[in-house]
Amino acid sequence: MTALLEVRNLVTEFPGEAGNGLRAVDDVSFRLGRGEVLGLVGESGSGKSVTGFSIMGLVDWPGRVTGGQILFDGEDIANADAETRRSLRGRRIAMVFQDPMMTLNPVLRIGTQMTEALHAHERMSSAAARERARDALGLVGIPSPEERLDAYPHQFSGGMRQRVAIAIALLHRPDLIIADEPTTALDVTIQAQIISEFQKLTEDQGTAVIWITHDLAIVSGLADRIAVMYGGRIVETGNIEDVLVAPKHPYTHGLIRSVPSQNSRGHRLAQIPGVTPSLARMPEGCAFRTRCERATDACTARPGRFGDVLAYHRCFHPHEEALV
Amino acid sequence: MTMAETVAGASTPLLELRQVSCRFGARPDLAARIAIALGAAKPFPIIHALDKVDLTIRKGEVLGLVGESGCGKSTLGRIAAGILPPSAGQVFWKGEDRATLRGSRQRDADLEAQMIFQNPMAALNPRMTIEKLVAEAPSIHGLIKGSTSSYVDDYLTKAGFDPAMKKRLPHQFSGGQRARVNIARALAVQPDFLVCDESVAALDVSIQAQILNLFMDLREQLDLTYLFVSHDLGVVEHISDRVAIMYLGRVIEEAPVAEIFSRPNHPYTQQLLAEVPRIRPGKRRFAAMKGELPSPLNPPKGCHFHPRCPHAHERCRVEVPQKREIAPGHVSACHLNDKQAV
Repeated sequence: MTALLEVRNLVTEFPGEAGNGLRAVDDVSFRLGRGEVLGLVGESGSGKSVTGFSIMGLVDWPGRVTGGQILFDGEDIANADAETRRSLRGRRIAMVFQDPMMTLNPVLRIGTQMTEALHAHERMSSAAARERARDALGLVGIPSPEERLDAYPHQFSGGMRQRVAIAIALLHRPDLIIADEPTTALDVTIQAQIISEFQKLTEDQGTAVIWITHDLAIVSGLADRIAVMYGGRIVETGNIEDVLVAPKHPYTHGLIRSVPSQNSRGHRLAQIPGVTPSLARMPEGCAFRTRCERATDACTARPGRFGDVLAYHRCFHPHEEALV
Repeated sequence: MTMAETVAGASTPLLELRQVSCRFGARPDLAARIAIALGAAKPFPIIHALDKVDLTIRKGEVLGLVGESGCGKSTLGRIAAGILPPSAGQVFWKGEDRATLRGSRQRDADLEAQMIFQNPMAALNPRMTIEKLVAEAPSIHGLIKGSTSSYVDDYLTKAGFDPAMKKRLPHQFSGGQRARVNIARALAVQPDFLVCDESVAALDVSIQAQILNLFMDLREQLDLTYLFVSHDLGVVEHISDRVAIMYLGRVIEEAPVAEIFSRPNHPYTQQLLAEVPRIRPGKRRFAAMKGELPSPLNPPKGCHFHPRCPHAHERCRVEVPQKREIAPGHVSACHLNDKQAV
């Protein structure tokens, strides 16, 4: 069985000041089966969003994909022409952004925008399109969808707007949805509502999901597998239980332990020293070595992948034991 | 200080809010008032941001203030910090009514309470160097004895910021470093009380851990009291001694942190805490509370939470529940507690 999506050694570069390419995505490989949920976790600037944009073919000039393959349903789309990408986008691969106003046009009614998305890929009558749009709004839990089709985006609350964005992403029953921090801007209660709707719909439709986030807690309850990014590379990936219970890479280890929780009450949090270096100042070899307590001279060499494409880490001195 | 004063100092809370309300809205001019009186115009809409809030903060404690956006937690934070006057009610600072303070005592009270805002870039003037930003307030208020430069270095070091970089401008730093500058700036006027309004919300997890540790170290070093306003339950659970839960302008429950997380009483608190994101591997169903926060322009009658509450009955729709102590230090405002008592 071929995987739905297989990314092999993907490299996305932006031109740097000195004329050298800055690698926002550096040798990223992962595989995603149908209906599977992958949590792509990392801090700001780790390259998780650019990875999503690269798969969508939405990397803004002057950045571009300079190496590797993106096999979608067995076909390499990394260097596909604009027309092919366009026919995939919205129909078979959809994206939900952090800010729903990035998806929605503020001067068009919701109904117009939804039927527009339908007409872009299918021939159908306006009445049929409107009916599909209304059903989609109902599915994501928007009350009185018929009337809401005639509303403008500013008439919705933030949570409702995100529901509309999700409804648009699900219109064509895509095989893959890339969700880029869709709940980060929302309150906890609204976040739980959106995740619960999203979870229900993608499971019903058998949609595979790449959930991009900085929040390990969300991913822990939502994803089948996890990939942790740092400095443009996936430093660790595997089954969610394996990685969260026994993280091998010191960065994953530190990240999990720096999340405040009931166990940390009244104690100091375990902190990772320093800050993420900018792309232009990324150290040679292992990108994390300047902040890592386990780093040795060996780390000046670039760590390869230890393990297979489904579960690997990039560290010369991995943690062996489980987290307590 | 005599013995009697020490004892009195221990029993007087640092800050006490009594029946504080805050309303926002345009004030109608004469013509508009006449038009409204004649029924020719509608009264101007008024936002009820806070509705008769009582809150006490004792010296040395960390009070976490939790609620959804729009519930009035930032407004409460601003009133506590003294940068916004309440529309009604009284604010007592170290036992004195803040509204009656004048002259140097008012100035002292204003300096003793400082605020750290959510967006560190918006709080820093982009055209002033870090040194000027930190030195500005203490030099205006004559707090610097000796050299300004070493005073600034001292406070930057306390906040974990390398003083060698103090000649640079805010845009040259990362979010975490800007947060540290804001902390140094607040500390530089030697406050007793800090209001942190979502101060770590915009930071990455690893940086957030560093700043939270800094807050805890500073509390020990400088004997600070915090009001920690946040929507992040994990952060509040980590840092607070006591937690107050807000819903649409009212504080509905207040308890020590271990108590509230193990035995939440108010139905809203119960549902809110069920959603604390925790790292627990394994797929689970995300359960969701129904509905959204109602508009503060037109809050529901009776208990504000009744349209979303699974236990709501007739009384909740008409009568505002009063706060009752249900366990030592644990206060909750819900009609269900009366039922159980009977």
